Amino acid sequence: MIAFFQQIFGVALKDLTIEVRAPVRAFSVLFFALVILVMVAFAAGSTTKILQDIAGGTLWIAILLTSTRALDQSLSTEFEDHALEELLLWPVEPAAIFYGKAIANALVLWVVAALLTPLLFVIYDAPLFGSFVELVALIALGCAAIAAPGTLYATLTAQARGGAVLLPLLLFPLVVPALVAAARGTTVVMEGDPMRQAPAWLVVLVLFNLIHWAVAGVLFRYVIEEP
Amino acid sequence: MKLPFAWEHLIGVIALLLFCYGQVFGLFMVPPDAHMGDVARILFVHVPSAWNAFFVFTIAFVCALGYLISGRKGFDHALEAALEVGILLTILLLMTGSIFAKPTWDVWWKWEPRLTSSAIMLMTYVGVVVLRSVVQDNERRAVWSSAATILASVTLPLTYFSVQIWRSIHQIQTSPADIDAPLRMAWRINALAVLLLATWFLARRWRIAARRWELGDAPPLPEPLQPEEV
Amino acid sequence: MQDLARRFGGRWAVARVDLAVPRGGACMVTGANGSGKTTLLRCCATALKPHHGQITFGGVDLWRRRALVRPTIALLSHATRLYEDLSAQENLATWARLGGVSADLSDLLARVGLPVGRQDPVRTFSAGMRRRLALARVLLKEPELLLLDEPFTALDPEGRALVLQAVGALRQRGTTVLVATHVPGEAAALCEQRVHMEAGRVVRISEGSA
Repeated sequence: MIAFFQQIFGVALKDLTIEVRAPVRAFSVLFFALVILVMVAFAAGSTTKILQDIAGGTLWIAILLTSTRALDQSLSTEFEDHALEELLLWPVEPAAIFYGKAIANALVLWVVAALLTPLLFVIYDAPLFGSFVELVALIALGCAAIAAPGTLYATLTAQARGGAVLLPLLLFPLVVPALVAAARGTTVVMEGDPMRQAPAWLVVLVLFNLIHWAVAGVLFRYVIEEP
Repeated sequence: MKLPFAWEHLIGVIALLLFCYGQVFGLFMVPPDAHMGDVARILFVHVPSAWNAFFVFTIAFVCALGYLISGRKGFDHALEAALEVGILLTILLLMTGSIFAKPTWDVWWKWEPRLTSSAIMLMTYVGVVVLRSVVQDNERRAVWSSAATILASVTLPLTYFSVQIWRSIHQIQTSPADIDAPLRMAWRINALAVLLLATWFLARRWRIAARRWELGDAPPLPEPLQPEEV
Repeated sequence: MQDLARRFGGRWAVARVDLAVPRGGACMVTGANGSGKTTLLRCCATALKPHHGQITFGGVDLWRRRALVRPTIALLSHATRLYEDLSAQENLATWARLGGVSADLSDLLARVGLPVGRQDPVRTFSAGMRRRLALARVLLKEPELLLLDEPFTALDPEGRALVLQAVGALRQRGTTVLVATHVPGEAAALCEQRVHMEAGRVVRISEGSA
């Protein structure tokens, strides 16, 4: 059991080291997210009121779109030189590979969100009348909710032809509950949350995370063993 | 080539006859709805297709689980059939729902929880079918789409739940007016007819899937070869 | 292995191969490109599931007990299976951590003739350097069953000597070796058994070093 956690840690550490060693990749992901924020502002209109209203939703659209890039990179590293097969034969438990990679992907998304959210307050003039702790919890859980099914699906699409197009097609409809919860939750927290809706959204996110971190962890074993 | 007798055609004929009867029954033999008038008659198609869509996707979920546990290719054929028939029924569901929405709510589309969840359900399973289409290898396709189907299916209750909270904040959920007891008969006939139709389609699609698997499969193993010893 | 077969898409890459290699023995598999050598080795490495027949090692069915046997098998494959953005040392450190082994990585790097303490990523390595690094990983694992897929490609004479010496040392300790190659020259010295494959089938077996 300790060995299992060590393997999770080893895989996550390896993925994060790669992110640090190849900063161009990480920067391209971050810049992509930033460009989305700016582009939405241009498309949506120039009045502060509109921007304030859509700030929460835009943050999550930016994170969701960015996640497909980050996930695709994380998994193409494994298939570039077939290293994933070596992981499997080394042997590392398939579930440990999954949790290690998913945790690393969640961390990458957390960094993206942590850098984007302050920008939201600057360029969208977003208010924050609600609880800061709730905002952090929403962002943390929302990113984790994308990372778990995203890691599983990216493992499939990174091996398929035209996978980069396929990943959003599979992932986006699946994470609708998480997206609705995170985006609505963020928006109500920014507006001060007079009706106390944020806790309900946090419950949705917790449920989504529980289901997906468990189910995807089990399914991963099947999709990486050669049939 | 002599084709084997396909039992499902019997079901198909019964289904078509029953469906015709169901339409006649629903259109002419049932009195118009007290509140909505003749418009409500579309529910005789709409509601059965909803029930059957859920039923067929449940079959898909069970087949996906079955394949991952047992590895029997029959489950994969059934999964392929169920996904596509389920998508067909969901499209029917959304179209009739949209037609019903226009006269009753005066819009084609309403971000109503049930409607929205059905649309997301459709998108999720279309994604799985697209995934199936890009994978060449039989076993790999079966495993991957089973995994995707399971993940999609376990998320759906949460999707419905979250969409409901999302909307209920702004408006009271609209539900179709209660249907009088005599009208239930029309629902039941049509539900059975659609169920039989779906079964017919499933069986036909199953056969196509089985053929495709065979085409992608390797020929029988050659005879063992005795290597020469040197 | 008994009656082993593995299909890829619509054809049998390995079709009904029967082969017995004695424990601690070494066997060379020769054959043209596409004759099924790599597939055979990948089946032995439990990277592929046999579609027919089975492979046993020390009386254990490899695929069925793969969780058990994988720590004792090493495959030096055609793809080097390294992380491109990590340095040589970081690659080895990752594998050592994941395997729960502690080893002197600098020493290991020196043994395969790679510079120690350099930070440049594997992406910048030449093909020969990558193969040396992959060899270092094999040494980290100290396998009981060693599978070598074209071990000499891209290596300079010094590198080839290194592989021969490393394999020889492992054999001293009882490792069973399977080598797949289409240039039998160098590997011949290592192996006392030799099989020739054509179109997924073994057509010739010869004993004694050729």
